[in-house]
Amino acid sequence: MSARELFTFRNPYFSAGVGLAAGLFFLTALGGFIVLPYAQTELKFAGLWDAICSAAGLPQRSASVPTAKVGPRLSEAVLTPTMLARPGQESIGRGATLAQRCAICHGPTGISRADSPNLAGQYASVIYKELLDFRSGARRNAVMSPFAVDLKDQDMADLAAYYAYLPRLPAYHPTPQLPRPRIVIYGAPVRGIAPCGSCHGSLDNKTGSPWLEGQSEAYLKAQLQAFASGQRTNDISQQMRNIARAMTPQEIDEAAAYYASQPAEIVKTTD
Amino acid sequence: MLVNRKLVLAHFWLAFAVFGFALFLGAWQMFVRSPLYTWISNPEWYYRSLTAHGTVMGYVFPTLVAMGFGYAISESALKQPLVGVRWAWTGFWLIVAGSVMAMVPVALGRASVLYTFYPPLIGSAFYYIGVVLVVVGSWIWVALMSINLRVWRREHPGEPVPLAMFANVAGSYLWAWTAVGAALELLLQIIPVALGWRTTIDAGLARVFFSWTLHAIVYFWLMPTYIAYYTIVPRAIGGRLYSDTMGRIAFILFLVVAMPIGIHHTFADPQVGAGFKFIHSAFTALVALPTLLTVFTICASVEIAARLRGGRGPFGWIAALPWDNPIMLAVAFSFVLLGFGGAGGLINMSYQLDTTIHNTQWITGHFHLIFGGAIVIMYFAIAYDLWPHLTGRALPTLSLVRAQLWLWFVGMIVTTFPWHWVGILGMPRRMAYYDYSDPAISPQAFSVTLSAIGAFVLLISGLLFLYILATAHRQPATDAGAYRFSVPVHPVRTVPLALNSYAIWVALMIGLTITNYAYPILTLAARSDTSVPAVYVGAQ
Repeated sequence: MSARELFTFRNPYFSAGVGLAAGLFFLTALGGFIVLPYAQTELKFAGLWDAICSAAGLPQRSASVPTAKVGPRLSEAVLTPTMLARPGQESIGRGATLAQRCAICHGPTGISRADSPNLAGQYASVIYKELLDFRSGARRNAVMSPFAVDLKDQDMADLAAYYAYLPRLPAYHPTPQLPRPRIVIYGAPVRGIAPCGSCHGSLDNKTGSPWLEGQSEAYLKAQLQAFASGQRTNDISQQMRNIARAMTPQEIDEAAAYYASQPAEIVKTTD
Repeated sequence: MLVNRKLVLAHFWLAFAVFGFALFLGAWQMFVRSPLYTWISNPEWYYRSLTAHGTVMGYVFPTLVAMGFGYAISESALKQPLVGVRWAWTGFWLIVAGSVMAMVPVALGRASVLYTFYPPLIGSAFYYIGVVLVVVGSWIWVALMSINLRVWRREHPGEPVPLAMFANVAGSYLWAWTAVGAALELLLQIIPVALGWRTTIDAGLARVFFSWTLHAIVYFWLMPTYIAYYTIVPRAIGGRLYSDTMGRIAFILFLVVAMPIGIHHTFADPQVGAGFKFIHSAFTALVALPTLLTVFTICASVEIAARLRGGRGPFGWIAALPWDNPIMLAVAFSFVLLGFGGAGGLINMSYQLDTTIHNTQWITGHFHLIFGGAIVIMYFAIAYDLWPHLTGRALPTLSLVRAQLWLWFVGMIVTTFPWHWVGILGMPRRMAYYDYSDPAISPQAFSVTLSAIGAFVLLISGLLFLYILATAHRQPATDAGAYRFSVPVHPVRTVPLALNSYAIWVALMIGLTITNYAYPILTLAARSDTSVPAVYVGAQ
């Protein structure tokens, strides 16, 4: 027997196989694309074709519902792990010049005496992202925002390169190293809180997450509170807001005190 | 007629060696995330182990068993030496090379992406290329099975293909087509990003591609088990196969309906339309059909054996079965596990019911019950049945074999039943750590502990299995005779061409893949706004 005898409707196996497969597909398609969309009374369709397109997963932009911009501005920064990874000497030099106006708060060596973040040795992508967010208004601070407003992309990249280039130094008022609190080691999985170290170093480092060792306790606490209250909104997909909201005030205190007591030198170098 | 015994033994030994290794990892994972242990402090170790466990158990182990068993079937069912032995060894060494290549980056923590890849997570390119080599090695087997059947057909024109070989080739075709989904995902999407040529990836499209592979791969794992049901069990317990035709229809149905159903793995994914989810859900229900046919046919075959042994009455015959025969034990255990696993599967394939257990430990419990339980226990049976023919030596002691099968059966139930239960309670899967001191999950601590104990029972059983196979090599030489498959009640003289060839069924398999997958894939591929930045594992 040849293929010609096989693929013919005179062959009962062929007609049964093809007939059943086609029939089932037709029936299930009828159910999936027409019956079920209309069975969901909360869905409104302009017509049959609209219902089919919707069930097929065709993205639709409904003109009738205006998409009002509500809520605060969100971060528009897009980061990849390799971004700003290999800055040139010229970029670092330009950054050093630009950084002179940052020194009043962030310190001439990138170590702050004013409860501002220590920037010496911070990841370049972190500094770049925060500057972008200050400029766009996704993050706001009465002191910092005016500084960022006039910066160009290249200025920000240079500043990031310069601060990342500086050596990590001990903080100004180091306290004795505290033991790790539970929230830092384990997080609180039941409340959806990952361990701090799973993004901020020690376990793993995620692009855009700063290392925190030796930062000002007051600053860390204020930021966690700002995330929790929704005052600070430049975390992508609400990552930090979701965490901070679920943290207890005591956990916020513990985490801030722990990180402030750690020497910055223990942060592992990444390049 | 087993000529290339070394080839088959090499496949089986490598399969079982990597299986033993992955079993250790599995037990360790169950232990460290249970209340029995404080916790490892670094989740990365857990995910590293999980990636290795999944990659070995999902890709390397069952593929090698299917290949080794396939070569054995080809020689003994067709009664002709294997054509293309050199190619078969090439395939074997490709799998060895691929496995090493994939496992090194995993061991170094550069590819902790789990065996399902999970883009936009991207690991070392070597991991993916290693997996591709494993698949390419298995494609050589697919080609060889097809070629060997063709050679046999030339010399036996018009004769019915022996059921074992018919099923074996059906399984190889299913694998060839289902592996295409993951291959497309790896070659078009993941590997270019892993090599740094691109930095964004369409994670939604990648998941659809993977679902193409992810469900039918289970039926590829299942094929050796079903072949054993039909062609080993009736012979091993002294009975006859109830229906050869039913067997052919079951394997044909697997070929046709195993493929166009994978989107039930993406029920919670927004990038696939609800209509296609419904179609896939309905087609998934069809897969129960070949399984029900098989359960019926095998139960009938087993009853024939029991009545031949003097069994009487509507249920009295069950007592007359040769329960001291390891193959009898294995098939009974396998059916029980398949029954529970299948019942759970009905929940997974229902669009609404699935939402209650989506991404919970239920899912992990389910696929361990089906694969680790129903399928792997028959891999043991296949090995026990083939070993005397491969080594020329009898198995050392059957009581040890029975103990091993009992341990595996009990261990699998103790492991997976509590696992399902905590899933219903809402315990998420893929987590390295659970805080059992928290009142919300402390009631689950007992079930998880039980499950971890079951894992150690499985480990003991697995090691016992390796011990039995290893000691069998040192037994005195005996002649096991020719390797035979079961004989049907009614001798097969002629078979309709449609049940003796694959053309219609392969065409239907491809056709249904196109109707059920083409639109979701093409619309996602055509859109420009669906890519997201890749997240490189271990990148700073």
